[in-house]
Amino acid sequence: MSQLILLAVVNGLIVGAFYALMAIGLSLIMSLSDVINFAHGGFLAVGAYLAYSMTPYVGFWGGLLIAPVLTAGLGLLVEKVLISRVYGRDPLYSLLLTFGLAFIFEDVTRYIWGAQGLPYQVPGWLMSPLSLSLFFLTGYRVFMMALIMVVVGALFWLMTRTRLGLRIRAGTLDLETVSILGVNVRVLRNLNFGIGIYLAGLAGVLAAGQLGLQPTIGDSLIMPSFIAIIIGGLGSLTGTLLGGLMIGVASGLATVFVPSASEAVMYVMMAVVLLVRPQGLLGEEGRF
Amino acid sequence: MENFDIRKQGPNLIVWALLLTLPLWINYVSYTQLGTQIVAMALGAMALNFLLGYTGVLSFGHAAYFGLGAYGAGMTIRYLMPSTGAGIIVGTLAGMLAAMLIGPLIVRLRGVYFAMVTIAFGQVFYFIAFRWNGVTGGDDGLTNWKRMPIDLGFTTLHIESQATTFYYFVLAVFAISVGIMAFLLRSPFGRTLIAIRENERRTRFLGINVNRHIWISWVISCTFMALAGSLNALLNNFVDPRAFFWRQSGVFVIMCVMGGMRSFWGPLVGAAIFIWLQDELSSMTANWQSFVGLVFVVVVLFFPRGVLGILRRKATE
Repeated sequence: MSQLILLAVVNGLIVGAFYALMAIGLSLIMSLSDVINFAHGGFLAVGAYLAYSMTPYVGFWGGLLIAPVLTAGLGLLVEKVLISRVYGRDPLYSLLLTFGLAFIFEDVTRYIWGAQGLPYQVPGWLMSPLSLSLFFLTGYRVFMMALIMVVVGALFWLMTRTRLGLRIRAGTLDLETVSILGVNVRVLRNLNFGIGIYLAGLAGVLAAGQLGLQPTIGDSLIMPSFIAIIIGGLGSLTGTLLGGLMIGVASGLATVFVPSASEAVMYVMMAVVLLVRPQGLLGEEGRF
Repeated sequence: MENFDIRKQGPNLIVWALLLTLPLWINYVSYTQLGTQIVAMALGAMALNFLLGYTGVLSFGHAAYFGLGAYGAGMTIRYLMPSTGAGIIVGTLAGMLAAMLIGPLIVRLRGVYFAMVTIAFGQVFYFIAFRWNGVTGGDDGLTNWKRMPIDLGFTTLHIESQATTFYYFVLAVFAISVGIMAFLLRSPFGRTLIAIRENERRTRFLGINVNRHIWISWVISCTFMALAGSLNALLNNFVDPRAFFWRQSGVFVIMCVMGGMRSFWGPLVGAAIFIWLQDELSSMTANWQSFVGLVFVVVVLFFPRGVLGILRRKATE
């Protein structure tokens, strides 16, 4: 039994780390640009499929390194050409725009790579269990968790220790003042969007190794990411990380005990948080 | 009729004339069932616009109430009693009840945050319909039920076999609902909602309980959305979990924007264009979803006021 619970918790942490990776990117974009990026799941799928297509040439590690960067590049372009045009207008328009993009992304990935699921090869030695008693703990899972931890750590360093991060955080609080102080807000929002999409692309490559490739791969991850943001508190990256891991573990445990409630448990947690602390666990009061 | 102003009443007359004569001309461009679908979906879009366009609250989770109406109607007819009227009533009440319960959790939130929370709550119902296989049919949808003839005492409406009769039945429900919404918008309550849209803080300073008004507007909007859902389910004699999916919510929002959110009939125009376009595209190409996405992008970038918004602007120039 304890083995089963341990399995559920480890599974939950891994899925939760995916949610968190996606949610942090969404949250970055949402707090600086007031845009809910519905196309985030689409970008995730693009990252995953790009990695799949380049693996024969550059190998698994090359794909892991290059695909998220290419996805981020696509993100920079989409922001520059389309999304930046609706800044400052009713948030309704940015929602509809990214909504439409989500439709297009899904359909185009299906058109290029097919509607059937594709297998994604992870190096064999990574797939073997680390020990016999902990059979579910494959090297790939440990590696994934470690990599996500490193990336999130690097992001926190970027946000707190570099000039770019400082400006992004300042812009979240008061974009106008940041603009008056001489920061090019257009570039700032563009880079911020790129960072968010990089995280989505990386989540895509990692998820492909774990869940396999499907055009709708982003769909199953985007709703829990919203919940992670709501539970953690919009504007707080630590909160979002915490929210992601929490709902991951909660739904992992629910899978063991009440399988049919594995999704419902996340929404119940969200409802409780909204009732007790509408701004989220680590969110600031009065921002929304 | 003392203040009958043809300029003001003109649009209303055109809309009703077109809707009442629809079965006569629809076969030249399409088929009656599509007309019925347009009227049912237009009711949903107009219900959403009550909140979106007239109260200024950004809901992206209305598919939940659309789906509740649909499943409410279908499950009532299948499990409880084979009556179309009972199905519609139960479906509508189910949507209303859910909206009343969820309302207090969300009325304090605003803007994109409101949108995100409504969309997340909407997904709860999607998963319930998806997981609760034995009752809802799961992913395959709820089947083995169909709309029943309606016995009015002096005559029986054969809505199950006559497409035109069903069209007029849906149109009658649409007319009553739209009439109620128009009446509410013209009342002091409706004017208060518009005041909230225009300047929430000022309205609050006038001593108006803004959150309660938003809650009531939310419940009204979701109730009519559920009614639209039950009509649409009756049209198809079928409902599946996709009725609840967040993409369906987005489709209603784009209908409102495409037709013109600030016009009463805007969502009807938007629904007509969107459904007709989707019907044509899906018969022409397998990649219709890309084109639907493209419609979203083009509307947002180039026609943010919608068809009626543009027409109205031309008229005032």
